[in-house]
Amino acid sequence: MAHALHIVVCAGVVPDPLQTLEPVTGPNGPGLKNEMVLPAVLDPWAACALYEAAHLATAVPGSKVWLVSLGPKAKLQQVMMTAGQKVSFELVPIDGPIGGFSDAHSTAAALAEAIALLPGLEREHLLLFGGWESATRGAGITLQLVGERLGITEQFQGVDQIAMRDDGSFEVLERVEGGKHQVSVCAGTPAVLGWATGNLPEPRNNPQIGMQNMRAIMPALQKAKPVTLAANGLRYAALSLPKQQRETRLEKNLSPDEIAQELVDWMTAE
Amino acid sequence: MSVDTIAADASAAAPERPTMEVDIACVGFGPAMGGFLTTLTRAWSEHPDDPAFASKVALGMPLQVVCYERADDISAGVSGVVTRGKGIRASFPSLNPAEIPMAASITTERVLYLLDPIGASRRSFALRAGDSVLRGLGGLLGVKDHAFELPWTPGFLHKHGGLVLSLGQFNQWVGSQLMASGLVQIWPGTPVSSPIFAGDAVQGLNLADQGVDRSGAPTTDFMAGMAVRAPLTVVGDGPVGAIGQALDQRLGLPPGHAQSEWALGMKMVIELPDSPEGNQLKPGTVWHTFGYPEPEIFGFLYVHPDRLVSVGIFVPSWMGDPSRTAYRYLQHYIQHPALWRYLKDGTLRSWGAKSLQESGKHGEPFLTGDGFARIGEGSGSTNMLTGSGVDEAWTTGVQLADAVVELLRDGKPFSRQNLAATYEARRRASWIEREADAAKNARNGFHRGMVRGMFGMALAGLSRGRLDLVGGVPSAREQIRPFASGKAAGVDAEQAEQLARNARTGGRPLHDALMTARGWPEIELDGRLLVTQQDALLIGGKVQAMPGFADHVVFRDPHLCVPCAEKTCIALCSGQAITQGADGVPAFEREKCVHCGACLWNCAHSPDGVGANIEFRAGAGGLHSAEN
Repeated sequence: MAHALHIVVCAGVVPDPLQTLEPVTGPNGPGLKNEMVLPAVLDPWAACALYEAAHLATAVPGSKVWLVSLGPKAKLQQVMMTAGQKVSFELVPIDGPIGGFSDAHSTAAALAEAIALLPGLEREHLLLFGGWESATRGAGITLQLVGERLGITEQFQGVDQIAMRDDGSFEVLERVEGGKHQVSVCAGTPAVLGWATGNLPEPRNNPQIGMQNMRAIMPALQKAKPVTLAANGLRYAALSLPKQQRETRLEKNLSPDEIAQELVDWMTAE
Repeated sequence: MSVDTIAADASAAAPERPTMEVDIACVGFGPAMGGFLTTLTRAWSEHPDDPAFASKVALGMPLQVVCYERADDISAGVSGVVTRGKGIRASFPSLNPAEIPMAASITTERVLYLLDPIGASRRSFALRAGDSVLRGLGGLLGVKDHAFELPWTPGFLHKHGGLVLSLGQFNQWVGSQLMASGLVQIWPGTPVSSPIFAGDAVQGLNLADQGVDRSGAPTTDFMAGMAVRAPLTVVGDGPVGAIGQALDQRLGLPPGHAQSEWALGMKMVIELPDSPEGNQLKPGTVWHTFGYPEPEIFGFLYVHPDRLVSVGIFVPSWMGDPSRTAYRYLQHYIQHPALWRYLKDGTLRSWGAKSLQESGKHGEPFLTGDGFARIGEGSGSTNMLTGSGVDEAWTTGVQLADAVVELLRDGKPFSRQNLAATYEARRRASWIEREADAAKNARNGFHRGMVRGMFGMALAGLSRGRLDLVGGVPSAREQIRPFASGKAAGVDAEQAEQLARNARTGGRPLHDALMTARGWPEIELDGRLLVTQQDALLIGGKVQAMPGFADHVVFRDPHLCVPCAEKTCIALCSGQAITQGADGVPAFEREKCVHCGACLWNCAHSPDGVGANIEFRAGAGGLHSAEN
């Protein structure tokens, strides 16, 4: 039986992608129009990591999950109303700026410092989880940097699956080109896993879990440590939106094969 | 935690439900619940060591207060508002609108009578005659852009000193403060399916089952909704909420009361173009309109900061015509020259709709019972004379919280008697009751035409309720004019029959076809502001529905639907979630539903002579826009 795991999930909060997102450049640099007004959600990539962490913690008795999140306290609080109902975790909030344009090195430093100070965390049993990409508009390197700052050299990105072995080693499936997975076996913790989507569905809202989580979440939020992230000379010369095209059509009667064929026809016609 | 067995409803097998004990279980996070929880937590945080705030169900713990909200976020699934803010300002004396996104103090108010620039509106002879006079004397009377501004606005319509709000943003602002207090828990995305009854007493709430198919049958990942037991259940789930409905079905309404008057409010939040000075609408501007697109349809425009405006219409139940629909009328409304002058080249930012229970005092249910109290719109607090509901709802929540604190401190149980002596007594002695009494019969005339209705409203308003037109209000079902009578069509009988036949066989829905037949032009979509209704759902309302929940709209006896010609359930469905089914029975798609609840009062048929043929149950999902 594998040793109990200490799983730390790094997850940012991002504006709900369902809202109208309009980039603007203000006196403090790039951002989104009315960003503080927009409802926030847990970064979708990191949310997958959280669900996988909770699943793994259930499978390995005695394991524990921390959720380390950096963002404005008010936004963290709002996100916890939903995320807190999904799976059990202990929140470690860091009261910081909104948006993903912060310098990744400064962000990683703040996260690593918070993780290093976690009471009871056993580094030798640590799995550091997060998203391999981010919807925060960040550079997508924060998780690696956190791992490096914590001195963790075993790093996997684009992870879709982890399987623990009785001897403490584990097998990891990482996404590679061509829709395939690379299979690696790691001798043991500590390790960093940047998750792709994983294989788990979004857990249902569970009021029991919500009640249990919230008893610790609110006090933690009230004690959230404020941080100021240094820009480190970072300057954005230009920003542009991804080229996108939205064509909405609701289809109820087409089979998956027919929909796939239509998509293929559309893509090949481009 | 424990497990016990409680029947979810009469029709379902009793699942094993996990059970949780709390002190106060609340359902529905709207302005009423905001007022309740804000007032409760303030009293509590001012006296944190007061033993009154110790839990009675979890010894050694503080009071356990949880609130369940159906929508996926507390800022979703609500509408914008213009309000006097009397009760809200009483709770927040130093309120600065700048702290609340999209909020502004009201600066100007206008009441406009809109002429019909198209000629398709169903206007009575009297109205047409009046229109002719206005057109003829337009220069003298200041008619501009086919709109006549009333030179004088009765005081009861004014909202001077009030606020323009996005209720989504306001809810978020209130909710953030509540959560920051750490004293209460608010759980969005959690529909509540039924009260836990013990006789006529309420002992808590059953949360909706998850992991079920459309019919509610368990699937492989079934999770029975939790039974949340509580000495006090606070019901603030609005006019179409499952708990309020269940209470009304169980207890009935007080003698002489009926919930007959309804309206559907539908609106868009539009980002205005950066127009030159002189053609801009200033934040805090409020317009009330009437006369267009149909005489029964009232409209509004109010201006938020940052070039955002809320524009919408109210389609009332007393509009008996089978063209009783909202989205297409709203598109015509925003293109009226008086509005289009500003809105043209705007961009749709958000969209939404909700039912309004407009019976006021006549529709008030039993406000209290053993173990429960009702607040907000579902408790009949909306004032239909002043056109105000949010402030009243907020205040009923405040009154209940004051009562609850009193009972907690006195160590008294939440019995009907105690809640009546504290909460009801406060409400009866307040401005809510006085103004509700004055508004009680203000709507009587509308069932005999718009002109009489306006007269009756003015009479009641100016006399502060001492005078009103005599007249009863038929039930919501009876207000739907049968299409077969021929009166509904406004087109010749042969054409009407053709339109109905086409609709029955899956062609253009009757309401839409009727409008076109009457001369309403097709909407020229621009892809930005004038978009299809489905695009409004997705890019405006951002409508979503989590899988694993049962259909919340159910046709009780599908056979009754087949011969129904009007199918106003289809006509007034805000999200086109109800459409013509192949077998003549309307089809429901919960992924499109915005939970406006219009279907509940838009069915002319009844399998039992009591309720309509449509049930509107607890369901998940709906609007996700926070800008409403």
